[in-house]
Amino acid sequence: MKVLEETLNARIPSGPLDQKWTRHQGELKLVSPNNKRKYTVIVVGTGLAGGSAAATLAELGYNVRSFCYQDSARRAHSIAAQGGINACKNYQNDGDSVRRFFYDTIKGGDFRSREANVYRLTELSTNIIDQCVAQGVPFAREYGGTLANRSFGGAQVSRTFYARGQTGQQLLLGCYQAMMRQVNAGKITLHPRTEMLDLVVANGRAIGIITRNLVTGQIEKHCADAVVLATGGYGNVFYLSTNAKGCNVTATFRAYRQGAYFANPCYTQIHPTCIPPHGEHQSKLTLMSESLRNDGRVWVPKKPGDRRPPDQIPDEERDYYLERLYPSYGNLAPRDIASRAAKRVVDEGRGVGPTGVGVYLDFRDAIRRLGEQNIAARYGNLFDMYQRITDENPYKVPMRIYPASHYTMGGLWVDYNLMSNIPGLFVIGEANFSDHGANRLGASALLQGLVDGYFVLPYTIGDYFARFKKLDATTDHPEFDQAEARVKDRIRTLLSINGRRTPDSFHRQLGQLVWDKCGMSRNADGLREAIAKIPEIRQEFWENVKVVGTGEDLNISLEQAGRVADFIELAELMCRDALAREESCGGHFREEHQTEDGEALRDDERFCHVSCWKSNGPDADPDLIIEPLAFENVQLVTRSYK
Amino acid sequence: MNLTLHVWRQQGPSAPGRLVTYQAKDVSPDQSFLEMLDGLNEELISRGEEPVAFDHDCREGICGSCGVVINGVAHGPEQTTTCQLHMRSFKDGDEIVIEPWRADPFPVIRDLMVDRSAFDRIIAAGGYVSINTGSAPEANGIPVRKEDADMAFDSATCIGCGACVAACKNASAMLFTSAKVAQLARLPQGQVERKRRVLNMVEQMDKEGFGNCSNYQECEAVCPKQISTQNIAVMNREYLRASLSGA
Repeated sequence: MKVLEETLNARIPSGPLDQKWTRHQGELKLVSPNNKRKYTVIVVGTGLAGGSAAATLAELGYNVRSFCYQDSARRAHSIAAQGGINACKNYQNDGDSVRRFFYDTIKGGDFRSREANVYRLTELSTNIIDQCVAQGVPFAREYGGTLANRSFGGAQVSRTFYARGQTGQQLLLGCYQAMMRQVNAGKITLHPRTEMLDLVVANGRAIGIITRNLVTGQIEKHCADAVVLATGGYGNVFYLSTNAKGCNVTATFRAYRQGAYFANPCYTQIHPTCIPPHGEHQSKLTLMSESLRNDGRVWVPKKPGDRRPPDQIPDEERDYYLERLYPSYGNLAPRDIASRAAKRVVDEGRGVGPTGVGVYLDFRDAIRRLGEQNIAARYGNLFDMYQRITDENPYKVPMRIYPASHYTMGGLWVDYNLMSNIPGLFVIGEANFSDHGANRLGASALLQGLVDGYFVLPYTIGDYFARFKKLDATTDHPEFDQAEARVKDRIRTLLSINGRRTPDSFHRQLGQLVWDKCGMSRNADGLREAIAKIPEIRQEFWENVKVVGTGEDLNISLEQAGRVADFIELAELMCRDALAREESCGGHFREEHQTEDGEALRDDERFCHVSCWKSNGPDADPDLIIEPLAFENVQLVTRSYK
Repeated sequence: MNLTLHVWRQQGPSAPGRLVTYQAKDVSPDQSFLEMLDGLNEELISRGEEPVAFDHDCREGICGSCGVVINGVAHGPEQTTTCQLHMRSFKDGDEIVIEPWRADPFPVIRDLMVDRSAFDRIIAAGGYVSINTGSAPEANGIPVRKEDADMAFDSATCIGCGACVAACKNASAMLFTSAKVAQLARLPQGQVERKRRVLNMVEQMDKEGFGNCSNYQECEAVCPKQISTQNIAVMNREYLRASLSGA
């Protein structure tokens, strides 16, 4: 591994923290209203980030071309977010403020995020609630007609706004409707059932993308003045995750291969409350919202190997381990901490359920305190979903939960303007690395997607247009032909192998390896083993994968194979990043670096930085570039929730 | 358990389709219906045959991608999405007929996959509040009665899967359209465009070729989100009001 001397300019404005964004906005260059219509922007992805960006850019007068692999923009995976969205409105009068939300987020991210980005995120959170309410998003309300709030992990105030257990759905439909209004106005062109397969870069600037129409198989070239990637995270690298089946890393990974830097790929979030895996046919894991930890108590038997049914284990023989270990936050300890604690008790042989891989999330006491009806009003749809999947009634028997891959904090590197190191390539939402450091707090993903799309990118993209000369490139550019040739070659190769194993079987094998070696806890030996093993999987994949059908047609196995091929290469990068980061922070837990009581041990001397990886192609080691993190407003302290 | 599947296979919108019989072996009752189909597809790919095309994504019952007709019922026997249907609802030796949504406005793309873009066009015709980013007033400035917010939420939970259309003899999209109309008619934010919205959405719905409500309420019976046909009554009222008084 080579560490490059290159300095990355994050373009963080100077001045006091609470004035940076306001000042920066005043300094950003503008594009006049009648010039905006001369610019075309490609937005890939229609989740909260992509949807809000597409709608807002179109409202401003830009021409937007929106792409998604789903059959409709309304189905992007943001829709599955359950619990809520954070905003420091302080409606509960419980002492919330921008400053407090900022600090919670910086601390939640284990001091591995940029102060300026996080401050902007929290500062703009209040505008997001206003915007969504104005769109008709039916948030939960009190009898007086005002908005209701609940608590989430990692915070001691109630700042989470919610729409029962379907907050993501309601926020996404708000974005989608705003988009459809612009479709109606002729400012957005939709390209559903279309997958981005490469980025086109000419003279160092992003000028377009290559896509495959998933119905006709046609490879298409799309040219624009800027490309925005809002393509989500790479949690499906683990095969089993709470992501949708179609979620993939191809767009961002292909951009990485074209020169965009990939930042902190080892920062992955393992969510503590998911329904445990049950069998080898399982295709995905289902999340049970973190909001359940407001009223549910997490426990395992004190004795290892205690197989009694839960109602026969008396209270004194139960270990409510989160309440015991983290008395001040209790069951609302942040995700990384709660996940590792669950792993620890399961590793001790105290896990529950038929597989022994699981812990209880028990509502007995809450039902006694509040009555079944009130619990049903708060979590009814989640309880129903749990029962449908497990065939157990959580009103009577405690839920069984276990951590699962859920979100990825790592992503493409962006500056304060959300632009990658390739001018003209912007990356927003989960696809970028910017705001959550080494661990994201619950209910802040929805917030980041919307802040990026509604209130940041629409300003900063204009600055790019105003500063850089308009290219007026067309798809006749030779770089388009080269990119198209790359894509077609790869498809031809995949179709010609005609091996014996399905793409899914490689994905499962990869997922198991990455989960074991680069999951909830990592160590140097395991990571080295994975780094040696992944190229073997890659080699076998390219010799033995079976893809049926043709390229010029709807072809499910071809889609799967292309995505798995990119996950294999990404997995190697993740392990390299995890090996290079010789410390524990947030979701990245290196067994060699822990305190006596098993908490993460940071090394601020050596690792208070963003690790940015530069591709040298699939067969050479990537280079590392360091962006140091400067903390001017908070003191680096050990993150404690005790 | 072992099952006999009769799966609709169709190359494209204008190609003829037919039911093809497959055996599904060693199916676990804990598998979801789509995981059972995954198993079939893995086997088909291994044999060098084309897998069965079906839409699916989140597999949590919320994205609305999935949906097939199972033994004549949209989404099958449990009134949930196909992805949330589990094989414990079937028993060893069962024969299962699996077909796509059948409605003219939803042409078949391949096998069990249909084109539901007509729904997008209905929303584009007016299923929104016209407010640009940045011009929103303070969120608590407009109080909303809890009962209204809850009712609006109930309507807003529609996932746009299209089961209502598939279940209706008239291929009516009135449950889908009315859910959005009712949600926004109930909220103060939706008042300004209330009349224009219902007129435009209904016009687009008719243009797409969806039929009128049959009053059989089959749509509500299969809706995985229990959207009530009361929404249709609200839409009819809204439509009448708007038609008589002018948008």
